[in-house]
This record gives sequence, structure tokens and C-alpha cells, in this order.
Amino acid sequence: MTPPPVTATPAVEHGTVVGHAHGHAPKAGLSHFLSTYVFSKDHKVIGLQFLFSTLLWFLIGGLLALAVRWQVAWPWSDVPVIGKLFAQEGGQMSPEFYTMLFTMHASVMIFLVIIPILAGAFGNFLIPLMIGADDMAFPTLNMLSYWFMWPAFFFFGASFFVEGGAASGGWTSYPTLSTNPASSPASGMGQTMWLLGLTMVGVSSMLGSVNYMTTIILMRAPGMTMFRLPMTIWAMFITAILQAFALPVLTAAGFMQLSDRMLGTGFFSPEGNVVNNAIAGAGGGQPLLWQHLFWFYSHPAVYIMILPAMGMVSDILTVFARKPLFGYRPMVYSIAGIAGLGFIVWGHHMFMSGMNPALGITFMVSTMMIALPSAVKTFNWLGTLWGGKIQFTTSMLFALSFVSMFIIGGLSGIFMAATPVDIFIHDTYFIVAHFHYVLFAGTAMGVWAAIYFWFPKMFGRTMNEFWGKVHFFLTFIFLNGTFFTMHILGAVGFPRRLADAYHYETFHHLQPMNAFMTYCAIGMVATQVIFAANFIYSMFWGPLAGRNPWNANTLEWTAPSPPGHGNFDYQPIVHRGPYEYSVPGVEKDHLMQTDPPNAAAAAAAAAH
Amino acid sequence: MGKRLAGIFWSLLFLAVPVLGVATFAIAPAYDYWLPKDVSEHGASIDSLFYFILALTGVVFVVTEVLLFWFMWKYDAAKQKGEATYIQGSHTLEVVWTIIPAATLLFLAIYQMNAWADVKMRRPAMSPTVEVVGRQFEWRLRYPGRDGTLGTADDLFLVNDLHLPIDEDVLVQLKSMDVLHSFFLPNVRIKQDAVPGMKIPVWFKAREAGEFDIVCAELCGWGHYKMKGRVTFEPRAAFDAWLERKYAEQGATQPPPEAADVAAAE
Repeated sequence: MTPPPVTATPAVEHGTVVGHAHGHAPKAGLSHFLSTYVFSKDHKVIGLQFLFSTLLWFLIGGLLALAVRWQVAWPWSDVPVIGKLFAQEGGQMSPEFYTMLFTMHASVMIFLVIIPILAGAFGNFLIPLMIGADDMAFPTLNMLSYWFMWPAFFFFGASFFVEGGAASGGWTSYPTLSTNPASSPASGMGQTMWLLGLTMVGVSSMLGSVNYMTTIILMRAPGMTMFRLPMTIWAMFITAILQAFALPVLTAAGFMQLSDRMLGTGFFSPEGNVVNNAIAGAGGGQPLLWQHLFWFYSHPAVYIMILPAMGMVSDILTVFARKPLFGYRPMVYSIAGIAGLGFIVWGHHMFMSGMNPALGITFMVSTMMIALPSAVKTFNWLGTLWGGKIQFTTSMLFALSFVSMFIIGGLSGIFMAATPVDIFIHDTYFIVAHFHYVLFAGTAMGVWAAIYFWFPKMFGRTMNEFWGKVHFFLTFIFLNGTFFTMHILGAVGFPRRLADAYHYETFHHLQPMNAFMTYCAIGMVATQVIFAANFIYSMFWGPLAGRNPWNANTLEWTAPSPPGHGNFDYQPIVHRGPYEYSVPGVEKDHLMQTDPPNAAAAAAAAAH
Repeated sequence: MGKRLAGIFWSLLFLAVPVLGVATFAIAPAYDYWLPKDVSEHGASIDSLFYFILALTGVVFVVTEVLLFWFMWKYDAAKQKGEATYIQGSHTLEVVWTIIPAATLLFLAIYQMNAWADVKMRRPAMSPTVEVVGRQFEWRLRYPGRDGTLGTADDLFLVNDLHLPIDEDVLVQLKSMDVLHSFFLPNVRIKQDAVPGMKIPVWFKAREAGEFDIVCAELCGWGHYKMKGRVTFEPRAAFDAWLERKYAEQGATQPPPEAADVAAAE
């Protein structure tokens, strides 16, 4: 755990291939391949493993969403191409199938994409590099955190093929629909596998979060004080704390639900609860208990799904605005504020649940207040751009769109926080619009910004800028076409999760807008082909990037691209904060964290 | 030059967000893509709060999005000759943009409490007008009958066809037989989950006669989408006449249950 000795000479040759061990000749054969690329303990390889796995699941989750959109726009019409795979009559989707689709779309996107791509992929890859460490504190735990995802992949993936299909109780899995197998065809094996998968994701996240906290606290390079950490690291740090404190509650609740289903307990079922004429179970429980436990984790999880993106976007904005971050400390405090308040707002998911309405008022006040740190962050991002020298790279465009879209997602949240308004818009497309603006238009766009930005460090090559901008432009247009219109549907009261809502007098006229949204969604998914092609092509044939293609300041840019095992060829020593761009009197427009102070002074003197 | 054009293009793309965003909300009501008709007494306070928040967030939305556009337009590197401004923050600005939103949000929080209390906390002192029980995938209704008491021999049982009087408070006792449901009356601005094991009171006053949708708004299984009911609001006299008619129909099709059986079933 002690920091490695400070040496002036490179410990590893430049351009060493990822995974070569210190001072050992590369070993040939299968065992070497396995230990290098499969069961690797190198944080960068693990980060990339997370990245590739989550991007594949992102594709699956997106296709599930398209199938959902198809049914919403044209209920009961034949599903093209894949319709025959699950056809009941012709290529028509059954309502059971539709219910499974939206449940698994959300489950896959949240548990197999967003959470692991932020913490698993970028947390793993960036934390040691950005704090100047040679690896994580616990490399074996780190490896396990990735391999515990595979049982989750298996449970979620295989559950589509079991009798009754995959889980269909919504990603929130509310009892008694989820606890009573008689309540739904998929509430049998599919739901059990969903719970087991969820538990595995939890184990993976927990292994990751203890590792991130320990690494950030103990393994920073000499001179890297807490208040010299880049925002990405602050965000990852606070996210790891959130995970560690919130996750045990979900795991416990998951086991309680498993036990209700398999051992006949009644934590979540009341006395004499008869579902579909089946025999009543033990009873004595309360369906609302699950909602409290579930949201006690899942509301902080909302911040687990956005804070790292906020951190990465903050860093990217400063690099391409060539300006220091506006209000570094307020930015850190507001992340901490979001995390702290994040633990006392879970009840806002339950305003209509039958929970005591007086408690609703308490949660309403805390929810209103959590909008405050988000507002402070937005103003500081705008402040960062003000007076800058903005370079419109693909990465910057995605980061700017994160800010633009987060404003929409943040403001629409206020409608739901207002309890009387929530009476009308709760469980309508207004909330669907809100969380897609935060999670897709926010987090996913932030992730793309991060991929385009750190791709050179990951693979030593840059992605194609032209096709990157085409990808950005089309995604930006289609996402707004898909999601902005959802606010309008929400204003009509259009409920979510309905396989066909047009037989209601109130909603029968909404089909044309839903068709428009589905066309946009198809365009949005199709656009990702451009991204995939650019990604794969650039990995092998993109232009070589060099160590610091963006003239950025943070430590990862002092390492070779891609960094070898052990990351740095010399021990980085940190002399300043991460945002010294366009410092007056310094010749170049950026001062890296490792640039010696005398060089800066000399440059300043020379300028006089 | 090409770079400058690119900067203009991207700035204008981001300007399109507030322009098209506001336009969408402005046009939608003309096409009836908007709040459905409200026939309740309390709904006006919910709708006006919705419009108030829409105006407030609308202003913030337009101002921040236009600022974002303006900074992209003005501080484009292709346009700048010198270096970026070296500035690390402003204590005054931080204080200003913390205090103003904090005060606004706190005002909003306090301002709405009364409307919430009216709908969910200030329950009228009366016995239930009707009991509504959610069941996969229908709304089972039970009127107290002539004696005004639920759970007696003269209870009236119906499915999905809810009738209620206008211009007076009604109290619905909401229950669920099996899984979660949510009793959603879009035109009355009422929504309340039905929870197995709980009896939840729901009250409101309709001011206009008419027939409207009852929607299930909480996922209750594969048939969730078709758990549809209808509510008919009518003047008291018409409502009483309807009750009498339904009561006669029920008596004609089934023998009235013994009081003892009903008591045992409770």
C-alpha cells in the first residue's frame, strides 16, 4: 500500500503493450493469454472488459426499447423481421411479451449498462491513471468485480428462455405482482433469475466501490491532495460511498423477496392476499415495505447513474474551453450535497403509494432542496464556458449536450417533486421523459463524450472526428424527437407500461405522436451503427494519438497511450490542481499537474 | 473559415433546443395534446400549480439554454484571437446562484402544501360512498345500499361501471384483492394506488356531469392495459334513480344473501 519509490528513470519502456508484467519477458501460451486479457488484474484491462460488455448490453437494451416503441406506436400490428421469433399469431406481440420487454429494457439498461459502464468501465480505467497510481488497491477484488457480472449476464440473458419468460413485474419489481407466482406467467422462474442477477450486480458493485474508496484515499501520487483531484475522481469517490452505504439494503430486500417466493415467508404480502384464485400465502407483511427498501437503494442509485458522468463532463468542458473549472470547490460540495440529500428523498417515488401523506410533505421538501446542488452545478458549467476558447470536438459537443439536456431533465423533475402535480403526472409519460433526459440525454451522452475523449488513452489512437460529429448530430436530433414529445404525452396523462392505451377515450388521439417518436427511436438506434463502426475501425486503424492529444492537464495524459502495466514510466509528482488552462504569463496554454513549478516560473519570467 | 462555420452551425443547433422546446409546448394545446378536461373542484389548484411551475421552469430553461448558445457562439476558438480568460470562480456569483434558487424552491415547497393537504389529508367526515376494489383486471365496486353501511345484506355489487353524484363530496374506500393497482381518474385529477391489505380513503367533488375514464396506473400484470372502467357523474336525483335501478336488477338475478353469510365473509 505504500507508494512506490520515486524514480527518475522510466520503469517500463514507452509503448509497452498492455498487460506485460514489470521486468518479465512475455510468457507465451494460453495461460499468459488468459492472465493478460481474460482474468487480468490490470485495472485498464478490467475497465475495457467492462466497457465492451456494457456496450454490447447497451445494444441489447436499445433493441428491447425499439420493440417496446413498436407496440406503443402500432399496438398488435405484426412486428417486422424478428416478429416470427416469438410469434403467437403471425408476428403479433402478446401483452405478456410487451410487459416483459419494458421490464427487461429498464433492468438491462440500469443494472447491466449505466451502473457498470460508469463505475466499472470508466471508474476502473481512470481512477489509478488520474490519481497517479500504478493500479487499484485490491487488484484481485477488482478482477472479481468484473467476473461477478457474468452470473448476472447469465441470469438476465437466460431468463428470456425459461418457462413464462423473463421478469415482467417492472424493473421496480413491486410485490405482490413479483412475489406471487400466480399473479403473472413470468412471476415464476424469470422473476427468481432476475433477483439472482440483481444480487450478482450488487456483489460486483460492492467489490468495486470498496476498491475505489481505498484506492482514492490511500494511493494518490505525491502532491495529489484531495482538492487537487479532478472532478471525475471526486465524482467516482462519492459514487463509491453512495454504493457502499445504499447497496446492502437492496441486497437484503432482494433476499427477502427471494425468501417470500421460495420459502413461503410473507415479508411483503398481507394476510389473506388472494391472487388469481390461488391459495393465500403466509401473509403478515406489507407491500409498501419493499417499496421503501427498494427506493432506499434505487434513489441513491439514480445519482450513482449520473454523478460520474457529471464529473467526466466537468473535466472535458475545461479541456475544450481552455479554462479552469468555474467554482471547483462549490462543484465538489454540490456533488457531496447531492449524495447526502440523496439518502432522504426516496419517498418521492411513493407519493401515490398509500404511504402517509404527511410523510409525503417531508419528502417533497427534501426533494425540492436536492434540485439546488444540481442548479449550482449547471451554473458553474455555464461559468466554465464563459470567456473560454471553445473547441468543437466531438467529445466537447457531447459534453455540451450533456449540459443542455441535463437542464431539461433537472427542470422536469420539479413537476414530479410538487406533490399535487404529481397526483396527475405520476406514472405517466412525463416521468418517462424526465428520467430519459437524465439517463439517456444526460448520462449516455456524457459517456459518449468520455469515450471520444479517453479513447486515445485506451487504445493509443483517436476516433474519426467527422463520423463522430455525424454520430453526435443524428443522436442529438433523434433523442429529442423521441423524448421531448414524451412531456406532451405526460401532460395528457398518458400512462406508462400500457400495451395499448388507445381504447381509452382520454388517450385515443395520441397515436400519431407515438408513431413519430417510434420513427425517431428507430433512427436513434440505427445511428449507433456509425458509432460502432467508428469505434472498431479506430481501435485498429485510427491515427496514432501520442500521450496528450488534447493538451489536457491531468495525470493520465503523462502516461504512454495506451499505458503499460504499472501505468507510468516515471513516478508522477503533482504540483497543482487539474485546471490550470490559459494561465496568464505562461507560454503554452496549459500547465500539467506534473509540470515542475520552476518551469512555470521560468516560463513566466521569460515572458516578461 | 470552415471552422468558424462549424462553430456557427453547432451553436445554432443548441439554440434550436429552447426554440423548438417552447414551440412544442405552445402548439400542443391547439391539437388537444394537453391536460384533459377537469371536472373536479380541487383540480384547478393542481392545474394552476402545473402552469406556475411550467412558467417558472420555462423561464429558467430559456435563459440557461440561450446562455449556453451565446457562450458557444461568442467564445468559439475560431473567433478568438487571445487566450481564454483565466478565472477560477466567483464567490459572489456562487452565493447569488445558491440563495436565489434555494429561496425559490423553498417557496415552491411551502406554496403547494395546501393543495396537497386538500386532496390527500383533509378527509371529509362521512362514511364511504362506494368501495372500489382492484382485481386483475377489473374494478369491483360495492355501494352500501339503502342502509348506507358497507358490509350489510343490501350492498350493491357492480364491475367497472362507477356512478357518482356531482356537487357533493364523495368518499371512495380503495382496496385491492391481489396486486398493486392505481385508481386514476384523469378528468378528476385523482390518482391513488390500491394496496393489498390497506383501505385507503380517496375523496373529491365533481362539478360537472359526464362520463369519463377510470385508468389503472400501476403495473398489475399482463392485462394492465385493459383494466379500464368508466365513471359517470350525474345529479343526485339521477344517481339515486340509477342506484334503485341497479338494485332492482341485482335483486332480480340473485337471491339476496343472508346477512349472516355476509358477516362471515367480512
